[in-house]
Amino acid sequence: MIKTDALIIGAGPTGLFTAHQLKLIGLNCEVVDNLDKIGGQCIELYPDKPIYDIPAVPECTGEELTNNLINQLKPFDIKFHLNERVEEVKKENDNWLVKTNNGTSFSTPNVIIAGGVGSFEPRKFSPKECEKFENKSLFYSVKDKKIFKGKTVSIFGGGDSALDWAVELSKECSVNLIHRRDEFRGAQATIDKVHQLAKYGKINLFTQYQMASVKGDKNLESIDIKHDNNEIKNLKTDYVLGFFGLIMQLGPIVNWGLNIDKKTIEVDTEKFETNQKGIYAVGDICNYPGKLKLILSGFHEGALAARACFKLARPNEKYRFEFTTSSKTIKERLGVKGD
Amino acid sequence: MAKITYITHDNQKHEVEVQNGLTVMEGAVQNDIPGIDADCGGGMACATCHVYVKEDWFNKIPKKEDGEEDMLDMAFEPKTNSRLSCQIVVSDEIDGLEVNIPSKQA
Repeated sequence: MIKTDALIIGAGPTGLFTAHQLKLIGLNCEVVDNLDKIGGQCIELYPDKPIYDIPAVPECTGEELTNNLINQLKPFDIKFHLNERVEEVKKENDNWLVKTNNGTSFSTPNVIIAGGVGSFEPRKFSPKECEKFENKSLFYSVKDKKIFKGKTVSIFGGGDSALDWAVELSKECSVNLIHRRDEFRGAQATIDKVHQLAKYGKINLFTQYQMASVKGDKNLESIDIKHDNNEIKNLKTDYVLGFFGLIMQLGPIVNWGLNIDKKTIEVDTEKFETNQKGIYAVGDICNYPGKLKLILSGFHEGALAARACFKLARPNEKYRFEFTTSSKTIKERLGVKGD
Repeated sequence: MAKITYITHDNQKHEVEVQNGLTVMEGAVQNDIPGIDADCGGGMACATCHVYVKEDWFNKIPKKEDGEEDMLDMAFEPKTNSRLSCQIVVSDEIDGLEVNIPSKQA
């Protein structure tokens, strides 16, 4: 059980700056994120797209913004729990007991939800019966490529993940690559490689096809794929891989007893606290009259929520407002010399 | 202004007047049309405002730009007449447009 003054859910720009604000005022915190990397939507959805409305930063990409925020956290020791999704938040005496899907648990007076539009989950195949084989012979990511050796693997998708795995697995497996159109959107070199391997019969390429159904009783036996012209083809296959990117889903947050409307959490504008004392929501996921879904709003919301956390984490101390330009205490925390 | 008809998966027709300059996605969100999630808010980054455009209209409205087709690879059950509704700008020319909303967005 990890004890902390505040737990932040979500390592996007708002979560990162909120962590900064907490550390600046002398509280400790830990951060949980379902993605395998820090940055949230900025890193997952638009790492290369320029952003023009961060105050005092005329232009930066999602990746640059993330790196700058991480640099700003350098003076502090903050533990990130990546690849973990918070499943449960429940009251235990005066604290919140928080559990993740990896079995990590936290006890904290303050939970700050900086979850954007929810957690990123893989997009799945549409036919219902695909669920039956999920994590057995149908996967949305590769954990251990050895299981495919000598087998037939059908890969769906047109981006880098699908192409990279098609190339990689073609060395030791029989590979079908299925995509909904003729154009691929991966790196040009990989696309060329795939076409070359297809020419030599190392990859069986099926374009303008999509998954129609999966067949098999206990074990997966074959799949039907459907052409844009409705023609159906049956492919014998041992494994299926789907790479359709990620989708954002609110997930377990809906079960925590919060007031949720249209995928956002209602908060007040003083502490950004939800209807549950000690649970705050900041950034895109919170809602209040006049809410703007801008990164700069998330920074403001996080700064105020951090101050509210102080009261619950240090009930016997009084919070004193200080500037970073002049406060000796803050400079000590930042590890910079005073003057 | 243009009249846009959104047809949900259960065949319910929602007819609304949408201001010129807004997108078909914004028209849906502002009028609480179910089935258009628009998670990314119009940034062409999520494919959750995916619609099917009736064939006759599909060729009349402005064509897709590069990134849209890439994003449609991610959409739920994309077809040849798929579009992202955040990329269709409303004008007098598209008055009467009909779009079908898929059974779900993800």
